[in-house]
Amino acid sequence: MRLVLEPRAERSVAAAIASPLIAVGLTLLVMSVLFALLGKNPLNALAVYFLHPLTDSYSLQETAVKATPLVMIAIGLSLCYLANVWNIGAEGQFVIGAIAGSYIAVKTQGTDAGAWVLPAMLLLGAVAGALYALLPAIGKVRFGASEILTSLMLVYVADLLLDYLVRGPWRDPHGYNFPTTAEFDPVAIVPTLIEGSRLHIGALIALLVVAIAWTVLGRTIKGFEIRVVGAAPKAARFAGFNSDHLVLLTFAVSGALAGLAGIIEVAGPVGHLQPGFSPGYGFTAIIVAFLGRLNPIGILIAGLFLALTFIGGEQAQISLKVPLDLTKVFQGILLFFVLACDSLILYRIRVLTSRRATDGTA
Amino acid sequence: MGLLEAIILSVIAASTPLLLAASGELLVERAGVLNLGVEGMMIMGAACGFAAAYLTESTLLGTLAGILAGMLMAAAFAALTLGLAVNQVATGLALTIFGLGLSGLIGAGFVGQKITPAPELFIPVLTDLPFIGRILFGQDAFVYASIVLVAGIWWFLYSTRPGLVLRAIGDNHGSAHALGYPVLWLRTLAVLFGGACAGLAGAYLSLAYTPFFIAGMTAGRGWIALALVVFASWRPGRLAAGAYLFGAVTILQLHAQGAGLGIPPQLMSSLPYLATIIVLVIISRVRGAAGSAAPASLGLAFVPDR
Repeated sequence: MRLVLEPRAERSVAAAIASPLIAVGLTLLVMSVLFALLGKNPLNALAVYFLHPLTDSYSLQETAVKATPLVMIAIGLSLCYLANVWNIGAEGQFVIGAIAGSYIAVKTQGTDAGAWVLPAMLLLGAVAGALYALLPAIGKVRFGASEILTSLMLVYVADLLLDYLVRGPWRDPHGYNFPTTAEFDPVAIVPTLIEGSRLHIGALIALLVVAIAWTVLGRTIKGFEIRVVGAAPKAARFAGFNSDHLVLLTFAVSGALAGLAGIIEVAGPVGHLQPGFSPGYGFTAIIVAFLGRLNPIGILIAGLFLALTFIGGEQAQISLKVPLDLTKVFQGILLFFVLACDSLILYRIRVLTSRRATDGTA
Repeated sequence: MGLLEAIILSVIAASTPLLLAASGELLVERAGVLNLGVEGMMIMGAACGFAAAYLTESTLLGTLAGILAGMLMAAAFAALTLGLAVNQVATGLALTIFGLGLSGLIGAGFVGQKITPAPELFIPVLTDLPFIGRILFGQDAFVYASIVLVAGIWWFLYSTRPGLVLRAIGDNHGSAHALGYPVLWLRTLAVLFGGACAGLAGAYLSLAYTPFFIAGMTAGRGWIALALVVFASWRPGRLAAGAYLFGAVTILQLHAQGAGLGIPPQLMSSLPYLATIIVLVIISRVRGAAGSAAPASLGLAFVPDR
């Protein structure tokens, strides 16, 4: 007896929607076992992780705050992945965007610069993110260098540049030698939506990005080109679509979105530039993109869900005394199951007895 | 001990984990599978290896635990990419994210603990030889294992029949399948072997190189190992040269930092990563004219028609 994969004749919509839900369910099952192994009551632990954050308004807002960068980055990444190119260095583009935007905030600090500061910061952050993402893209289309490895290497470089700046030239002179810039001036801060909350207009920008991506992918020729180049490269060549241009375009757009998310994060919830300001949003966004099945609406939902795990993870660390790394384990397992379940949309598993197997090959 | 001798010893030490992990990945990629989870398998090898060595007070058992951890991770990768034909790039990323998290969880209780580092070889007369004594005859077992490993892979790929079949599978899985070779089974074995090598590389880091465990201690070495395979054009001989060249870059930047040349340490620390990017671009450019050296079926899912 053996198991074989058999391509499905047609893909059902129901399976496409059910697959991420099944993946989440299976992940929760594995997490329950993990909690039990750590000596915690699984039901109680899952409640702390996924339900408690939904019960108070502070945590709900915080979920939206954390979902903002995840959704923005994941939308950009989904364009790359749809075109079948692999930008996995969004974390670096996120950091570079934050650095570039912060440049204006640091240089205008204490001057009576006007309302132009924040828009200029956001613009510079997006441009820097796009340029940083274009490095691996150009390496790929001009020289054929693997974009996977170069984009990932640039993450380390960006982190080191950030470290250099906040320990050196940009360090807050009154910061007791802590590696951080001074708190940004009010004109360099992303305004909040509600007085006294941390929810900021970045959340609206993220929703806008989702809407634009949905329109572009579903309603424009460019969106169609991206999907054809990814799904059927030969057909794309016959149709005259330039795949090199699309590699550059998708990388530039995803870099711009990651960079924009980076400067919004620094000028919003964080308020100053410091090393480690990102808890790995650029990597978690990869999971968000796949869990959302590379669909803008799906990504929005997936982004909120993974933001929840960050908050749940922090709360579980405090109230259950479980390590924060458990959140990463959860995210990794989730991605495994999402990918596995996606495969079951394309194939069905058939059990073959040995006799039928021989019949099949005959 | 002279400065040059010290530098050569530290270059060998820095190159060994890269060579171990990259050798395994080279074999995996020659079979047509792209496993981007090297970093995750490596850090799991480091965490489990250290935990086992600390608990059993045995470097050997620690090493075996590291290898086993790498293989278990690789088995998960094989089940998804070979069993369910899932995208290899995405699965490799998942493996790395999962490994970084789980290693932190496993290693949390062992951070700050100390173990006896892996012993170094000592042959009375030979190891006492000036200069070459320590370099040739005074290394720990991992260093010798890495050299045996890369030589063994070279022999296997080019001088044995299974090696020929493995290369055929990597270059054209459809034809290999049509000839009756068990594509998925051989790929599974290759992936498990790659996991074992990555786990061994991780165990070297936490049992001999440092020797301690901290979360994320692989610091991108798994990714650099992947780049080395490309750099080496999928050939074992060039892989060894590349690994030592890379170890040298790593050590030289450390010495330059120590010498206090007024260059920001962060710039020096980023040199290995920048060097990887530049080398990848140049190698790809040079090879662009002569055609890619990559196995033709690299990274493609294979679903046999029954």
